[in-house]
Amino acid sequence: MTIKQLSVFLENKTGRINDVTSTLGKHGINMHAFSMAETTDFGILRLIVSDVERAVEVLRAENFAVMLTDVVCIQCDNQAGALSAILEHLSEKDIFIEYMYAFADGAKANVVIRPNNISSCVATIKECNCTILSTFK
Amino acid sequence: MIWNPNKECMSREQMHALQSKRLQKLVTYVYHNVPFYRNKMQAMDIAPEDIKSIDDIVKLPFTTKQDLRDNYPYGLQAAPPSEIVRVHASSGTTGNPTIVGYTRKDLAVWSEVMARCLTAYGVTRDDTFSVSYGYGLFTGGLGAHYGVENLGATVIPTSTGNTEKHIRLIRDLKISGIACTPSYALYLAETLEKMGLKREDISLRIGAFGAEPWTENMRKEIEARLGLKAYNLYGLSEIMGPGVSYECSEQNGSHISEDHFYPEIINPETLEQLPYGEQGELVFTTLTKEGMPLLRYRTKDLCTLMDGECACGRTSVRMGRIVGRSDDMLIIRGINVFPSQVESVILEMQEFEPQYMLVVDRANNLDTLQVQVEVRCDYFSDDIGRMLELKKRLADRLKSVLSIGADVKLMEPGSIERSQGKGKHVIDKRVLK
Repeated sequence: MTIKQLSVFLENKTGRINDVTSTLGKHGINMHAFSMAETTDFGILRLIVSDVERAVEVLRAENFAVMLTDVVCIQCDNQAGALSAILEHLSEKDIFIEYMYAFADGAKANVVIRPNNISSCVATIKECNCTILSTFK
Repeated sequence: MIWNPNKECMSREQMHALQSKRLQKLVTYVYHNVPFYRNKMQAMDIAPEDIKSIDDIVKLPFTTKQDLRDNYPYGLQAAPPSEIVRVHASSGTTGNPTIVGYTRKDLAVWSEVMARCLTAYGVTRDDTFSVSYGYGLFTGGLGAHYGVENLGATVIPTSTGNTEKHIRLIRDLKISGIACTPSYALYLAETLEKMGLKREDISLRIGAFGAEPWTENMRKEIEARLGLKAYNLYGLSEIMGPGVSYECSEQNGSHISEDHFYPEIINPETLEQLPYGEQGELVFTTLTKEGMPLLRYRTKDLCTLMDGECACGRTSVRMGRIVGRSDDMLIIRGINVFPSQVESVILEMQEFEPQYMLVVDRANNLDTLQVQVEVRCDYFSDDIGRMLELKKRLADRLKSVLSIGADVKLMEPGSIERSQGKGKHVIDKRVLK
């Protein structure tokens, strides 16, 4: 019920994100979602891609520092209060969210969550009115 | 094993007598053949007859790199051009390069002292030895080369460059020994791993590393990654080239071939000779050189000298590890900083690759020091908090070692430029007035 997210360590340097995206594009790997976390001198690019094993392989071959992280991806209704209901549940169960990112399109919203405790997060979300994605289309 | 027990294990009295005799001969020789020294000695009111033993060396003038530049190209050469059979030149990054001419006898002495080094490391006729210092004007390549041949081992003159091909040769020819700079050794290890090979796939057992300062941690790192035993090889082109001093199996300092190169430690400020055990600038006098003999050449290398018989049986004076050079020493906000200090901190922390760059700059009249380090792939974390904690841990450690704060910049693996010769570890952007 979790998805392997790709994390890439990047120096803050113009064009560096595109070095990642072009490498993936060249190998026919599609990106479903990504977010960039940045500090003053480095950033961490987090991606959900169509072929994670292959993405690790091709990025490592280009000397990128890459690692995989388990994240929970959910789909909920794209309407006011929908996400809040889920997050409330998580906080009741004392589940801490390290980071999350989301996008909404049409009737549904997709949310990627990195909790401190994956299994209890999955169990808690199962009780909510939303879908846990095991793959992105 | 000892190549020349006669000289390497000579009693101190005999060595003193030999050095005294050789110094007297040398001073007479340069006085009559090198106007630079004659003028200096006359100005100091010293005649060759005033040198009665090696202890009188303190009466003699010093020689500096600047003197060599000022007398470019052949001003300090003592032998006539017809006697010179080879010339080397140092990599002069500023001003004139240093030109050193060798007579046939100089080359024989060089091969002799190099063979002493290699024998001390355990190299025998049965070894296949890769000389991976640059061949050419630099003394490293040819100097080590003729030493290996003199010893009778098989020499593979790989020089630098084309590292993947080099590694294939190391594997396929079962090369057992290598001479190169320690930073190139690390680059070799990195390339080996990148090629998907392990240290078990090669049979290197002995490494002779020199031409740049390195640390004990770097030694451990090289030994672990290449599966060999790493020995220090010291030398400088002005004096001879590689082979001036060498470690034995005890690895407690490097034995100096002091029947040819007489060492002193001086206080670089007062120029006074310091006793054994005290740290200062290393100074050499070439006791037997014919081509370009030098009196009391100031190396700018900072270290200590140790006397006393070594457990290996050699009686020669040993020099400690070079702790820095007066010319790579940085003064940042009034504090002396040696890149080797930063290196030792980085090598202590397994999260980082053994590569680094110091960037010194000046902002608002205040010196800034940035230390760029590469995070190892295995230690990269998706958690920003942990990455920042890692950065802070290195900054704190640097602060306690250097006594000044440094801004740590975490870099991607492989992004700091690798050098194949002497490692370049400092970018000083300050405009010096």
